[in-house]
Amino acid sequence: MIKNIFIEVGLIARFTGRFFREAFKPRFEFSEFLRQCYYIGNKSLPLVAITAFIMGLVITIQSRPTLVEFGAQAWLPKMVSVSLVREIAPVITALICAGKIGSGIGAELGSMKVTEQIDAMDVSGTNPYKFLVVTRVMSTTLMIPILAILADAVSLYGGYLGANIRGVVSWDLYWNQVFDTLVFGDVVPSIIKTFFFGFAIGIIGCYKGFNSNKGTEGVGQSANSAVVVSSLLVFIIDLLAVQITDILNLN
Amino acid sequence: MNPETAKSTTTIETTDTSAVIQVRDLYKAFGENKVLNGFNFDLKRGENVVVLGKSGSGKSVLIKCIIGLMQVDKGMINVLGNDVPKLNTTDLDKMRAKVGFLFQSNALYDSMTVRENLEFPLRRHWIKTSKEEVNDLVMEVLTNVGLPHTVDMMPSELSGGMRKRIALARTLILKPDIILYDEPTTGLDPITGKEISNLMVDIQKKYNTSSVIISHDLNCVKIVANRVVMLIDGICYATGTYEELELSTDKKVKQFFE
Repeated sequence: MIKNIFIEVGLIARFTGRFFREAFKPRFEFSEFLRQCYYIGNKSLPLVAITAFIMGLVITIQSRPTLVEFGAQAWLPKMVSVSLVREIAPVITALICAGKIGSGIGAELGSMKVTEQIDAMDVSGTNPYKFLVVTRVMSTTLMIPILAILADAVSLYGGYLGANIRGVVSWDLYWNQVFDTLVFGDVVPSIIKTFFFGFAIGIIGCYKGFNSNKGTEGVGQSANSAVVVSSLLVFIIDLLAVQITDILNLN
Repeated sequence: MNPETAKSTTTIETTDTSAVIQVRDLYKAFGENKVLNGFNFDLKRGENVVVLGKSGSGKSVLIKCIIGLMQVDKGMINVLGNDVPKLNTTDLDKMRAKVGFLFQSNALYDSMTVRENLEFPLRRHWIKTSKEEVNDLVMEVLTNVGLPHTVDMMPSELSGGMRKRIALARTLILKPDIILYDEPTTGLDPITGKEISNLMVDIQKKYNTSSVIISHDLNCVKIVANRVVMLIDGICYATGTYEELELSTDKKVKQFFE
């Protein structure tokens, strides 16, 4: 069991190493990269936005009674904005994308593998790793931070509505408090870590799909394990990011 | 032709200029399973050769080695003057532009229309042609496989036989010298299988191609084969015309035709 885990980690590391070798060598697949950006970004936006909105709303509603108990309800926008921007919006976005995009990539490439489409690409003079893996990994690495920034904005708006359900906080007061609270150390590290989330989701989805076998059963397994492993990696990266920001005194 | 005569093919000289594919002493194993065990084979220009063998005997492995999709353990594969195992990626791509490959599962790209599927090899092999020329080429190959009306359809909208024809059109679009067919009639009903077999013969005449056909569909073999090669125990066990092999008294050969 432990030996298998180490073997899997080694294979993922080798697969990732190949990404860095192939990504910067011509020929560059710009049109496929843009197509993937559109697919990954645009198609995931509604789901990410709805989830972020609900999270902002719920966190605000649930935090309010505790703050009221201490007579600190005026701190609600400050507290909510830090929680959402630093942690909740990026991680929720990454988990939603791990479920939607990671499984999609795993299933798509897995299905292409078992139906010989990847071999057909090879025969057609195309490097399938470049065309399928590099473009998808670069797209997730670029689009997930953009989705996370949008999720930040939508969740803060959800927080504004949540703050006004029981109390009254004007639009100006709410946003003034939010922007007064958020500093460089809150925003930038949280955006930087989403690049790593995106990379992990892309590379795991591609690795699982590219190495799919056992026919249609294998395709299902690829999609499933892509979600499980990339979600786990998101939490591990998040933990590392917290430790690094702590060392750099940004917490 | 009896098996002994066939086994003597291991001594064929590699200087046969009319051969477009030459395979010499080819070895390929998966762990302990020795699939190809010193296989020898020639494909002459304009010839349709069927490789006949049991499931798992290494027929598909053979053509995947020929096209460079699999690495060989030992041996020589010469395709149109190229030593395939020693080719670098660029030269392998150049060689592949002259060799079409029809996959058993058709391998049409699900996310692309028929037109995009056909244009893909043209774009990937850097064949610079105008939009009009590309369109003419697409319509030409689609007409040759009898499906010009499917140009804007998705592969999922096509029947099994139509998908096979489109896959064949995709191999033809680069006007290859050689076509490798991996079980072209598997999964098709007998009527459609016969249509595909006849289409393969028409294609050979029209495009003047040489073909290696992997099959265990005897109806297909009868229609398309100029010569049949029996792949048994990893070697070229027997070779001859369909009629010669059908009359063979060798036990291992006979069992295919019973």
